[in-house]
Amino acid sequence: MTTLDSKVPSGPLETKWDRHRFSEKLVSPNNKRRIKIIVVGTGLAGASAASTLGQLGYEVECFCFQDSPRRAHSIAAQGGINAAKNYQDDGDSVARLFYDTIKGGDFRSREANVYRLAQVSTQIIDQCVALGVPFAREYGGQLANRSFGGVQVSRTFYCRGQTGQQLLLGAYSALCWQIERGQVTMRPRTEMLDLIVVDGHARGIVVRDLVSGHVTAHTAHAVVLATGGYSNVYYLSTNASGSNVTATYRAWKQGAAFANPSFTQIHPTAIPPSETHQAKLTLMSESLRNDGRLWVPKVPSGRRPPNDIPSSERDYFLERRYPQFGNLVPRDVASRAVKTLCDEGRGVGPGGHGVYLDFTDVIEQQGLDVVRERYGNLFDMYQRITGEDAYRVPMRIYPAPHYTMGGLWVDYNLMSTIPGLFVIGEANFADHGANRLGASSLMQGLADGYFILPYTIGHYLATTKITPIAEYHRESREALERVASRVTKLLGGQGRRTAASFHREVGRILWDHCGMARCEGGLKRTLQSIPALREEFWRDVAVPGSGETFNQELEYAGRVADFLEFAELICHDALHREESCGAHFREEHQTPDGEPKRDDTRFSHVAAWEYRENGPPILHKEPLTFEFVQPTARSYE
Amino acid sequence: MKFTLKIWRQQGPDDKGRFVTYQAHEVSPDMSFLEMLDSVNQGLIVKGEEPVAFEHDCREGICGSCSLVINGVPHGPERGIATCQLYMRRFSDGATITIEPWRARAFPIIKDLVVDRRALDRVMQAGGYISVNTGGAVDGNVVLIGKDQAETAMDAASCIGCGACVAACKNASAMLFVAAKVSHLASLPQGKPERTRRVTAMMEAMDREGFGACGNQYECEAVCPKSISVRFIATLNREYLRAGVVESGAPTVPEAPHAESD
Repeated sequence: MTTLDSKVPSGPLETKWDRHRFSEKLVSPNNKRRIKIIVVGTGLAGASAASTLGQLGYEVECFCFQDSPRRAHSIAAQGGINAAKNYQDDGDSVARLFYDTIKGGDFRSREANVYRLAQVSTQIIDQCVALGVPFAREYGGQLANRSFGGVQVSRTFYCRGQTGQQLLLGAYSALCWQIERGQVTMRPRTEMLDLIVVDGHARGIVVRDLVSGHVTAHTAHAVVLATGGYSNVYYLSTNASGSNVTATYRAWKQGAAFANPSFTQIHPTAIPPSETHQAKLTLMSESLRNDGRLWVPKVPSGRRPPNDIPSSERDYFLERRYPQFGNLVPRDVASRAVKTLCDEGRGVGPGGHGVYLDFTDVIEQQGLDVVRERYGNLFDMYQRITGEDAYRVPMRIYPAPHYTMGGLWVDYNLMSTIPGLFVIGEANFADHGANRLGASSLMQGLADGYFILPYTIGHYLATTKITPIAEYHRESREALERVASRVTKLLGGQGRRTAASFHREVGRILWDHCGMARCEGGLKRTLQSIPALREEFWRDVAVPGSGETFNQELEYAGRVADFLEFAELICHDALHREESCGAHFREEHQTPDGEPKRDDTRFSHVAAWEYRENGPPILHKEPLTFEFVQPTARSYE
Repeated sequence: MKFTLKIWRQQGPDDKGRFVTYQAHEVSPDMSFLEMLDSVNQGLIVKGEEPVAFEHDCREGICGSCSLVINGVPHGPERGIATCQLYMRRFSDGATITIEPWRARAFPIIKDLVVDRRALDRVMQAGGYISVNTGGAVDGNVVLIGKDQAETAMDAASCIGCGACVAACKNASAMLFVAAKVSHLASLPQGKPERTRRVTAMMEAMDREGFGACGNQYECEAVCPKSISVRFIATLNREYLRAGVVESGAPTVPEAPHAESD
């Protein structure tokens, strides 16, 4: 039976984390050498955690499915990382970053976690500078900032359009140092396929070596999952092709509660899908909305070129509806506005799936060179994909599944409902509520990995009696058997359809019924259709080759199989939440002019789902109490 | 559009490997090169054949996974992009396209078009970092870094570690890769304390891993998806030379009579 104890310290918000750190027990340096920790995933959260734990003296074994730890999908984040430095003296503070994040998340996150995130944000920048991250600088040598959606201050630090890459390479370099020192053993091309739980504690994982196909068990004193988000469940998303839900989903099946799985951020500014063979959607950084203006023709004007449409016939819809924030409203608000227009038939481009993002005004006011310096790489990327020159013709953009606020439930210590299983970064649910603000995911990943988990895991290790177990322990053997039988089953399909065709189909179903807008009828139908699709998958999937070699199709089919189960959990969550909040928009719950209606009396809670072997998942609720901010209607007008 | 593909197939490191010809039909000019390969693979899978193994992940040119030699050129005919950013509209309809893996002694083939690039990670582990502990860093604005200096560091730091530079070089040298990391850290004040040890350790690791020497032909720059300039190799050489001088110890003090003679 799952119980949810958030373990949030009492007392004033500002001192919770400091007091908590002092009351936490420490592991003595001599004992750390004898403690082994497994870290799965090497994105910002995983790499920063593994390197810091190694530096503290623990024995760390670190896994990633990519060929190198430097390739995790954090690397693709373009825009930047927030920190409450207030270098611009424009009214920023820890309290304001906290408030913006809580409000941006539509009052569906924990106050204490978010405040701590805002507090450590400033340390992250300093740490990254020390590691040699080449942040953008002013001529005088100071760190530069830019503004981002959903806020009115300029607090975003950046490295051109490659901030995620530079922060990840910083964490990767720290990891390299610890590998060189022998503190971290790195195992690339190794995929976690199950969790080993002994006497209720997470004690190891089962992995498949993706080159040799060998399936082995690895045991440790604690396990850290930093395995990222799951928006690839929609098939087309901004995620890397390898991003998947398998590690967290397998942990869920072993007893870790999954929180708010339906909270998926649909990012407003991706390049519109163009054709059926498309394998992914490419994001255009949100920073483009600093200078670009979104519009559609006031009346649909067929194939009329955008530059021939005079401004009197253009509807700058975000500026019209949200005069205060204009084009810089949060992502969920912008995405929904775009979707509404396109659903009304006012979209532009092929199939009407798109709106214009226009830079004419800023080019006129500030010159082409300024725009080129700020966004050159993004304009180049746009041209390569679409063949169009956005300096001359407005970009076309359309929303795309991007980031998953949902994830494994964790307490204030970032520990899941399975003791000894810690979850960090996008893989947990903790900080972004129902919607994440731009430039906050990098902040959270590094906050968890560098500054929070290394403290909290110490307390667990210092206060828990952990008996040694062998790799052939009964629970290990059972987990190995579960993995082996699944591999056999995947290879045993009749081979009439590819895994990708099932993936595309489940993605389409979710996008239509559990994407930017959801309704009871659609969700209920989806809960009927997914099990049928899943049965067909297991009967008909084609996976050539064997399990004892490098077999990419086998890897992929295993991930699709988990998406086919996980999609159902998403729909259960969306169905239960009879309100609209953040990225979750229930059509039944909106104002007459289409704004979401939140229901704080019934749904001011985290929905944490427990796995049940035969039957629907069990819902547990962690009530959200707001002591320090008053939840208000989230208005950006 | 349709294409004839000559693709390198190799079961594993011990297999000899050979080119196999495939036809790609109904290719849209808006497809990416990898999406075109996806569709060929989908056809192979339903026929019960093993799909062509190739590396890919972010598919937006930043993770450095994709690694194909297309018509003899790493990352294909267009400059400044990775394979995943190449679109079929770049090719003429009906063309024959040859697809091979990175070929270098330091990159053993795992299967088909997938190679083992861990050698690059080991070079990084030898010294491609600043050894600072987490916590206790000074405020990011304490050490001022001029905009030009930061931009130079960023130019070098944009390396995605794909290994195209190695694949393009007839000596299979990793000089551009090492140069990018050494120059990035050497151009920032935070990287200065370890600059001597870093460059020596990384150069030694590069040799140890079986990468060749620089031949000054600049193929590396031509194929680099981030257009990293070969002038960073000059920076690397300077750093290496400087390290040699520093490591040989301080210049000896000349005998007094000679020093005072003029």
